[in-house]
Amino acid sequence: MNRHAGQPYLLCAPALALYGVMLATPLVMTALLSFNSYSDTQGVLLTWSLHNYASVLTDEYYQAIFLRTLIVAAATTAFCVVIGVPEAWFLSRLRPRWRGLALLVVLGPLLVSVVVRTLGWTILLGRDGLINQALTGLHLASSPIDLLFTDTGMVIALVHVLIPFMVLAVWTALGGVDPATENAAVSLGSSQVTVFFRVVVPQIVPGILSGGLIVFSLAASAFATPALIGGRRLKVAATAIYDEFLVSLDWPLGASIACLLVIAVIAIMLLLSRVAERRTQMAELADAEA
Amino acid sequence: MRRNGPFALAFHAAFVVFMLAPLVVVFLVAFTPEGYLSLPLHGVSLRWFRAIGDNPDFIASFWLSIRLGLCAATLATAAILPAALAIGRRQFALRQAILVFVMSPLMVPAVVLGVGLLRFLSLFGIQGTFTGLALCHAVVIGPYVLRMVLAAVDGLDANLDRAAVSLGATRLRAFWRVTVPGLLAGIAAGWMLAFISSFDELTVTVFVSSPQVTPLALRLFTHIAETTDPLVASVSAIIMGLTLVLLLLLDRLYGVDRLFSGTRA
Repeated sequence: MNRHAGQPYLLCAPALALYGVMLATPLVMTALLSFNSYSDTQGVLLTWSLHNYASVLTDEYYQAIFLRTLIVAAATTAFCVVIGVPEAWFLSRLRPRWRGLALLVVLGPLLVSVVVRTLGWTILLGRDGLINQALTGLHLASSPIDLLFTDTGMVIALVHVLIPFMVLAVWTALGGVDPATENAAVSLGSSQVTVFFRVVVPQIVPGILSGGLIVFSLAASAFATPALIGGRRLKVAATAIYDEFLVSLDWPLGASIACLLVIAVIAIMLLLSRVAERRTQMAELADAEA
Repeated sequence: MRRNGPFALAFHAAFVVFMLAPLVVVFLVAFTPEGYLSLPLHGVSLRWFRAIGDNPDFIASFWLSIRLGLCAATLATAAILPAALAIGRRQFALRQAILVFVMSPLMVPAVVLGVGLLRFLSLFGIQGTFTGLALCHAVVIGPYVLRMVLAAVDGLDANLDRAAVSLGATRLRAFWRVTVPGLLAGIAAGWMLAFISSFDELTVTVFVSSPQVTPLALRLFTHIAETTDPLVASVSAIIMGLTLVLLLLLDRLYGVDRLFSGTRA
């Protein structure tokens, strides 16, 4: 077999060439660009310092943008967990015939352009949109509520865009749950609610975690939905990067925001998975002692 | 197997409404006779579908997106298929690293990749060209191809290949007559998923396109950001119709549940 030892690498060569040139190089260049500086008259200057990072981190304008990005992403993740986990469980218990159709409804939107899905929410969330018509019609609200161009509207649309990832991750994890454990709990007198929280959820924590991490990272770096729902004034990190690159043309500053976004997302994801890991370990220890 | 109670079914119904509402709304608004986005509808008209015909920009963007999807999906499949075979069938030192590397566009924020590609392509003077855009899309959609083909390789018994060789076929002949036909559904599903993803891609596209080379998703995005007339709804309705056809085709070919979860990365 030694004769073929190099063969896998040969087979991987086209993919490695494509990704080396078109993925690794641009990312490294963005990191380098963030240390350069920009002049209105001469464009990008090849100086090397951290001044872009300093100006982003000390400017209240950018601090507010990063804070909003973080809050919107955290809220989106929380809602995706609260809605997506039970939904995946219900899905897994549908009759096979209905399950196929239900999966098509849940996962199909993933294939529809984010722009189209967000357009739907701009129509629904507007001041004379269907949601406000229903709220005022049912006398739940005396005057239309502002949803479009607000953080709330952004979270609603992002939950819609990203929840399929949550359902999918939990759905996959549910595949590994032995239905006998549920049946055992019911036969011992547990209610369905107890079964869900005490038997099913503890077994699918890794699925919830990986779904949550995907949703969080996609929500924190989302561009189209915040741009269309937030309008020109309500900025998040991704739309701020867009502004620096394509409107004010200060590429080095934009690159530093991009690097900070990546660093922040990775840091939060690592932190979250650490915390979750420790909690599972502690729960296992508690179980072992009991 | 336990069944869902009334609460569970109500929750599920509410969830389905939540998932479909924005899509249905766009579809309905496309048939409005009015000059603005309004619901409920007062009458049905094809006015805004005819209006697409008066907007050569949208039609040009549509065909550009189709060509772009064809080129990018084919390029990605050609580049990744051999790697997928190696990763799926062979054990080698950098196997896991290469797998993570090719899957990484799913993890790197698209906006960050977009600005990187903008900087990179403008150094070579191909920023805003069709070639540049096709290369960018190939990288972004590659993970879908890898995922689908890997799932197919996993499902195909490697012994079939060995049996063919032991019966006297050359390795090349065994590859073309045994392995490729066995993987065809997976390759086709990967290619189609890649095509759809290229058609929908916006965040990287925003940075690497130009006024002359504007795919449909970007044209729609810019139009919505400026004004929202029912024209965007009728264009969206057509996009949804096409997506639905492809989705049903993919479901037949591969099964939607496997389509999204057939991964081992």
